[in-house]
Amino acid sequence: MGEVIVITSGKGGVGKTTTTANVGTGLAMLEKKVVLIDTDIGLRNLDVVMGLENRIVYNLVDVIEGTCRIRNALIKDKRYPNLYLLPSAQTRDKNAVTPEQMKKLTDELREEFDYILLDCPAGIEQGFRNAIAGADRAIVVTTPEVSAVRDADRIIGLLEANDMKDIRLIVNRIRMDMVKRGDMMSSDDVCEILAIDLIGVVPDDENIVISTNQGEPLVGSDSLAGRAYMNIARRIMGEDIPYLDLNEKSSFFSKLFGKHKR
Amino acid sequence: MGLADFFRKKGSSSVAKDRLKLVLVSDRAGCSPEIMEQIKNDIIHVISKYIEIDLEGLDIKITQTESETNNGAVPALFASIPIKDMKSAKK
Repeated sequence: MGEVIVITSGKGGVGKTTTTANVGTGLAMLEKKVVLIDTDIGLRNLDVVMGLENRIVYNLVDVIEGTCRIRNALIKDKRYPNLYLLPSAQTRDKNAVTPEQMKKLTDELREEFDYILLDCPAGIEQGFRNAIAGADRAIVVTTPEVSAVRDADRIIGLLEANDMKDIRLIVNRIRMDMVKRGDMMSSDDVCEILAIDLIGVVPDDENIVISTNQGEPLVGSDSLAGRAYMNIARRIMGEDIPYLDLNEKSSFFSKLFGKHKR
Repeated sequence: MGLADFFRKKGSSSVAKDRLKLVLVSDRAGCSPEIMEQIKNDIIHVISKYIEIDLEGLDIKITQTESETNNGAVPALFASIPIKDMKSAKK
């Protein structure tokens, strides 16, 4: 029986879709059978991040309404044959689906997949309720900014009110140089404020932009963000992985230039 | 280290942390501005029976305070109510 994980945040633009794409691809690289569902009806974007936008025939609403079978709507990934995407509908709105229908769909997918990752829309309305309806666990993505952390707190409260037992936190786009000079909250600060356990810290990495441009998730690459995402995938599978030293980038530079200063 | 760093004693991250802690206390308490207004009016109503208070300077908010049993910060209703005149107690 597979596990259903919702990736949510409250605030938009903090990296839910990027996280879903990378963590899902990471799990597939670790030989798990994975399906990613874009639940943001009307604002489809997981398909472009995955680079699968040209292969869409049917979508989530088609499946829910019975226009097609699930397997006809699933799009196989370019690189990993055990990774699938169920795209969202672009021309419908969030009320086209109910929480009960989403739960039924995810329960069906559990039979065939190890992990079902739901990319949740921003906000706390119908789309959010749809996405969390069938989920066993939740991953809350935030950035170290007051607006994102405040919304994350609200989301955590709503998840708890909906009996979500397993809620973990990803602090995205950390900039260690700013944390060091006291101008950005650290992942520990954010964790302390939100009072939930961390499952990953992802540095702000320009490689993310490049990989999104290309439509190929960077998980597993040698970049810091690529390694951070792979570690999150492993932690989801229950492995105990130590956190990355995000200062590595600066230590690389100090290897090059540091000796002159000393 | 520049002059700016020397004068900036507190990094903006600790400002962010402090502000967040405060705003989350009232968020979590689920106290809407309407409820706060009702609480405020009720308090004015009760206290005005005994004391003449300065309505302009009145300030009521939800904040945090260190708990006496020492298990960290707890939410607290903070009311600052300036007194204009003590009414003579009725016997």
